[in-house]
Amino acid sequence: MNRLAFETKLWPVLRWLLIATLVVATVFPFYYMVLLSFVPIEQLLQHPERLWVPLENLTTETYREVLRSEEEGGQGFALFMRNSAIVSLACTLLTLLAVIPGAYAVSRLKFKGRQFMGTLFLAVYLFPAIVIAIPLFVGFSRVGLGTSLIGLVLVYIALTVPTSIHMLRSYFETIPVSIDEAAKLDGASRWTTLRTITVPLAMPTIMSTALYIFMIAWNELLFALLFLVTDRDKWTVSLGLSQLSNGIEVSKTVLMAGSVLLTIPVVLLYGLAERALTEGLTAGADKG
Amino acid sequence: MSTPTLTRAAAPPRRRASLDARMENRDGLTMIAPTALIILVVIVIPIGWNVVLAFQDTSLETIAERGITGSPTFDNIVRVLTASGFWSSLWTTVVYSVAATAGSVAVGLAAALAFRRPFRSRGLLRAFMLLPYVAPVVAVAFVWEMLLNPQYGLVNTWGTSWLGWDEPVDFLGQEPFALLTVIAFEIWRYFPFAFMFLTARLVALPVELEEAARVDGATPSQTFRHVIFPQLVPTIALLCLLRLIMTFNKFDDVYLLTGGTAGTEIAPVRVYDQLTGNLDIGGAAANALVLAVVLALFLTVYMRFFGRKEQDG
Repeated sequence: MNRLAFETKLWPVLRWLLIATLVVATVFPFYYMVLLSFVPIEQLLQHPERLWVPLENLTTETYREVLRSEEEGGQGFALFMRNSAIVSLACTLLTLLAVIPGAYAVSRLKFKGRQFMGTLFLAVYLFPAIVIAIPLFVGFSRVGLGTSLIGLVLVYIALTVPTSIHMLRSYFETIPVSIDEAAKLDGASRWTTLRTITVPLAMPTIMSTALYIFMIAWNELLFALLFLVTDRDKWTVSLGLSQLSNGIEVSKTVLMAGSVLLTIPVVLLYGLAERALTEGLTAGADKG
Repeated sequence: MSTPTLTRAAAPPRRRASLDARMENRDGLTMIAPTALIILVVIVIPIGWNVVLAFQDTSLETIAERGITGSPTFDNIVRVLTASGFWSSLWTTVVYSVAATAGSVAVGLAAALAFRRPFRSRGLLRAFMLLPYVAPVVAVAFVWEMLLNPQYGLVNTWGTSWLGWDEPVDFLGQEPFALLTVIAFEIWRYFPFAFMFLTARLVALPVELEEAARVDGATPSQTFRHVIFPQLVPTIALLCLLRLIMTFNKFDDVYLLTGGTAGTEIAPVRVYDQLTGNLDIGGAAANALVLAVVLALFLTVYMRFFGRKEQDG
């Protein structure tokens, strides 16, 4: 067999092998998470090898325990989910409000310091989050934002701004300038143009940017840990799960139910807008 | 500032244009202002303050009265550089970020190539590939911990009963497994990132070149090496750079999996411990500053190297 024939046989086999491995590797942990979330801990300890648990051994008590408030003997995840939702939604909304005009300005308008702003947004990426964490930790405690959800929202806005600007700007640049000029001839101000023409045109990209921001805010741990760890009533789901999984008091499968609750909103949103999100994030990558 | 150009632009025939330009400048600045303000307050000022803190003798108790004044000192920097664990933690960070970057880009590339030609349910499976990347890190780290647990983890149960392991492996609490495991976790979590970008790039490649190569009798591996790969190099280089920066600064993955024990004390976790464990703000700030400087040096070298390579090629 010559090399060409050999390779033409070999690669399809390897390709399917790789696809199968990747699918198992990416999906299995999530399957296992959902499975364990319905299993009482005794069942897991008795049969740790199982990939499938008979239906009669499953329980929903794990979910009830993890959601119940602390006073009622639960873990208070309902409260954590509320906190996470408030922080993530506020952050998404505020970031969009700041970033839509910002991205429009960077993509369309000539103003002093435009170049500088562009570089600044990129440079922000280079600094370890831990570098800004220390001063923020100190500074926020000083102005009374130390253990507050507001402080957290502010930080998340700053963390999501660079990528959001990039996503929106790449899209704005594909909208023909002639549309803006036509609107201007009709007497529309820039703000009106932005509001009535650019924003509706860019709606799909705006939604995927919103999704990206929400995901980052919902998943974030470091700053929640630094700011809120002392105040259990303000914990986000990520923080709550990470704190409780360190200890031994709470049953692991109850925490698995917590993991599912933490994961579901993000995966649902992602499922709804998968294509838009990938396209938004990789904007410009096809240019090489 | 070039005043002559400004006056020339304002000359009578072009008054309208200059008014427009001024309006544009004003609108641009107003529109960017909220974003700029938040970056300034939450990122730029803290970075500057961090530099100040690094050269101050402060702890959490004294910082409230001292403010940002006080005489500068090199004590923190010296203390950081001579501390026993510093160099080893820096080395761990480098090993961790380089291995995780190389691994995730390599797996992402392989995945992008495997998914390149359409097949049934490709869209769905491709969407699955991105799950590790979008899912909350706390949740997936916890699942990994459960899977790898020495007592009831699936991996160890199967390993000891079917693969003939003598005893369960403490993947997250024992050297050198712990470092290897966090690297594997990082590759698992971030190969989708490379996959996503390389897929987008592959879609945009012109098909004619590959057709021509095939007509000339090139094998698939030759086509990849000489036709596809060279076109992907810029994207791969950019991905490596991005991933390297992000992994170098990464805190939560290692913090959640091992807490920095068993040979996985990466620098950001060390800074965190200094800050919250010892309340050593000056030390933590100095350590963070050193970290940023190391990264900057590293990037300069990387850019030099790649800049030259691009010119050669």
